[in-house]
Amino acid sequence: MPHDHDHDHDHDHDHDHDHDHDHDHDHDHLSPSGHPYRKDDDHPITYWQTMEIAIRELLEDKGVLTADQIARQIDAMDRRSPANGAAVVARAWTDPAFRDRLLANGSAATREMGFDIGPLHLVAVENTQTVHNVVVCTLCSCYPRNLLGLPPDWYKSRAYRSRTVREPRAVLAEFGVTLPDSTTVRVHDSTADMRYIVIPARPAGTDGWTPDRLAALVTRDSMIGTGLALSAL
Amino acid sequence: MHDHSSFDGHRWHDMGGTDAGPVPQDGHDFSLWEKRVDALMVLCSGAGLFTVDGLRRVLEDMGEQAFETMTYYERWIAAINQNLIEAGTYTSAELAARMAEVAARGPTYGEAQQP
Repeated sequence: MPHDHDHDHDHDHDHDHDHDHDHDHDHDHLSPSGHPYRKDDDHPITYWQTMEIAIRELLEDKGVLTADQIARQIDAMDRRSPANGAAVVARAWTDPAFRDRLLANGSAATREMGFDIGPLHLVAVENTQTVHNVVVCTLCSCYPRNLLGLPPDWYKSRAYRSRTVREPRAVLAEFGVTLPDSTTVRVHDSTADMRYIVIPARPAGTDGWTPDRLAALVTRDSMIGTGLALSAL
Repeated sequence: MHDHSSFDGHRWHDMGGTDAGPVPQDGHDFSLWEKRVDALMVLCSGAGLFTVDGLRRVLEDMGEQAFETMTYYERWIAAINQNLIEAGTYTSAELAARMAEVAARGPTYGEAQQP
């Protein structure tokens, strides 16, 4: 049995490029992020999509939710991106008092910067010269979504969830992160109520940089621990 | 997948430490219907209809077969539905009737929206 069914990988296979239409379809191309678009409006509707429409309409009809609320929630989620986390990291790199508050109480410190992180407990863990942190959710796919946006597909995969707690160095190597044996690797297993963010090590050669300039070096993966901050070069 | 010959103390979703292949590196952008499912979860839990624990309970009880054959947000909408029926928000009969109505509107997701 293939191991990677948890992520929505079937986008590679479900596009019928030979169908009868001869006009261009947006989904025949890669999105701005370089990923294929997922099948949506102009493919045969699925059972579960039918259920989504029906549930949404029932909720609206019964006055539980409004269409406007749903649209606003989608907009709010779309606006969340790793840039939010990068701003937090850059501030921690440049403001020692903030760094201390962030490590003491991640939820409070990020709220202080104006981010809506919801009811979850956010725990910030800091990489150093001798310690590298990496985050996983073995039980499901809990992720600091209110700070970083929705998780990448690999984060939800069986392979990442299974192996990260058992052979983190091998998993990190697949992401191109090879650590010296002398580096301690700490794996943090998230729960629905407690989410982690990694403060990557500040790259060398960035003394005196502004937080905005530093934030551009902070990648999504560096805040999960499967990457490092970009180098200053 | 799990060896089902005997129970080893872990339910299927408790995957930490089990064997698996390389981490798949391909990804996809979320479609509108997936974003709507995500929004329904956030808003319904915000409205106090159920909690993230309720979502997870159903996801875990669906079993490994669902994990292997359904996409992430397919499992989510199924779990949201179970929780909303349990909360008394609507009945399964109401859902069935509305799903039939939706399906009759047209063959694609776009055409099946409320006119």
